[in-house]
Amino acid sequence: MFPMVQSEFHIIEARRANIRPKLYLLFVLFFALVILIVFAIIVGAYELNLKTIIRALIGLEEGHAEVIVWGIRMPRITAAIITGCGLGLAGMGTQSLLRNPLASPFTLGISQGAAFGAALSIVALGAGAMRGSALRTADAGSFNIFNIYAVTFFAFLGSITATVVILLLARIKKLSPESIILAGVALSSIFTSGTILIQYFATETEIASVVFWTFGDVARSNWIEIGVLSIVTLLVLAYFMYNRWNLNAVSAGDDTAKGLGVETGRLRLAGMFLAALVSALATAFHGVIAFLGLLAPHIARRLTGADHGLLIPYSCIIGSILLLAADTLGRILIGSGSLPVGVLTSFMGAPLFLYLLMKGLNK
Amino acid sequence: MKLNVAGIKFSYNHFPVLDDVSFSLEPGRILGVLGVNGAGKTTILKCLNRILTPGTGSVYIDGREVRHMHRNAIAKYFGYVPQRSPDSLLTVFDSVLLGRRPYIKWNATKKDLLIVEDILRQLGCAHLSQRVTSELSGGELQKVIIARALAQEPKVLLLDEPTSSLDLKNQLQVMNIIKNAVHNYNLSAVVSMHDINLALRFADSFLMLKDGNVRFLSGKSELSPDVIEEVYGVKVIINQVNDYQIIIPYE
Repeated sequence: MFPMVQSEFHIIEARRANIRPKLYLLFVLFFALVILIVFAIIVGAYELNLKTIIRALIGLEEGHAEVIVWGIRMPRITAAIITGCGLGLAGMGTQSLLRNPLASPFTLGISQGAAFGAALSIVALGAGAMRGSALRTADAGSFNIFNIYAVTFFAFLGSITATVVILLLARIKKLSPESIILAGVALSSIFTSGTILIQYFATETEIASVVFWTFGDVARSNWIEIGVLSIVTLLVLAYFMYNRWNLNAVSAGDDTAKGLGVETGRLRLAGMFLAALVSALATAFHGVIAFLGLLAPHIARRLTGADHGLLIPYSCIIGSILLLAADTLGRILIGSGSLPVGVLTSFMGAPLFLYLLMKGLNK
Repeated sequence: MKLNVAGIKFSYNHFPVLDDVSFSLEPGRILGVLGVNGAGKTTILKCLNRILTPGTGSVYIDGREVRHMHRNAIAKYFGYVPQRSPDSLLTVFDSVLLGRRPYIKWNATKKDLLIVEDILRQLGCAHLSQRVTSELSGGELQKVIIARALAQEPKVLLLDEPTSSLDLKNQLQVMNIIKNAVHNYNLSAVVSMHDINLALRFADSFLMLKDGNVRFLSGKSELSPDVIEEVYGVKVIINQVNDYQIIIPYE
């Protein structure tokens, strides 16, 4: 329909030149993550040299080295990478779908909803004690697949409840971005109160584990949980990547997106559902990890702009780096398994949240 | 490719906004949609490409009823330019490339990129291609959004007050872009407008709405001061200056 004008292709070339450094930076970030992983394996209370670690990684070491590398450090590192990736993805998804820079699983109350659901299933329904790293002694070996399903299911119910409320408010009441976050605060408050109420009726051991859990910690999951979270995170990643053009279109407004052929209602519903699912699993296995879902996509947007083709992988990899770095820092500061990573991510994320809130309100 | 609209009715929460709107439009023609604020101008545009689904009535394009078409297929017929667009951090190129979304399967092809490049050149926006859209002036942004609608390779352009926040020079530039696109590619354009004189200058025919009803549907020559008074509630005279008809309110 449009006759092609003869040109020297320099506009397309300019676009390529604009994208190229962003792709390079993505590789640099990936490389940084790999270095961080190596560092995280080496660092710890039990000293291992690089040669022993490499031998243990490829299965040539037995005894202490093997237990420490494969039984303790690798699960923890993998959990941090996948959880960081999943929360970065969920944060990116909620921010883009709601066109709200303050949105994330934590600020919308989705994570707290998941925590409430999980706590309810553990204490009230007796789905099993939580395996906090500090409490990893007696029941560490006893693993019950039913408990995982029950805890995960209830965590998901909690998170989806919060998501539905947020979606209804966004759609029916057409609340401003700031008001949506206030609704998220209210939801968080309700769910947190609920979690406290559950603790009131819990035994001392259960209280200890619930309290410990609310901080968020990546050291408590086992390989099966990590596997489940990995599969779901990859599926959600695939969904968002498949819909990256649609997400770009939604950023131009709902009417424009519809005019470009996007089924906005279906996209928002499915995307928020998947973001809630990842948050629910991450929370069920690792507790509430505050602000990571807010922080990662914001850093990603600063580095790469608004094109979801790059924004999605950036959000994932930055989420992984942040969570693994925070967890490793926590291990260095206090010693293995003692400082829950959720505390550190709160320290990182809360100032950014306040900054964004002030910037938004000053508009 | 003819656009036929038959008996469109639309209500927001039981409050009727459009009542029995019908018209048809030939390719190569611009229809100006006029009326006071709240008359239903935006609503009728959105009903045409099913951003809003009308309660009753039908829209036909190329003999197909829009109600039964997939949204992606509609996007290949109708290019839509909204009244307001939110700030975006997408580059100008990527914003216009979004217009290719109905055609893109997994990745943009070379053809998609070439179409975007071509449109940016035609609209004089080539130098802006790597700028972020939130940094553009009002006139530049409007051209980029029209470029995006053109990248859809539509048969019909729907433009909701495309000149409302622009200065005089940009108003004329934007309307000329629309006029050229309509003539060069044999498109139809439905343009809602506030500036009745600008509409007189660029539109071939007029749809005048009042309280959701069609009060006038015809060409330039039939437009009379009485019709304008009925629709806007203002007494006017219509004068001829050089080649242009102009409307002057005197009340």
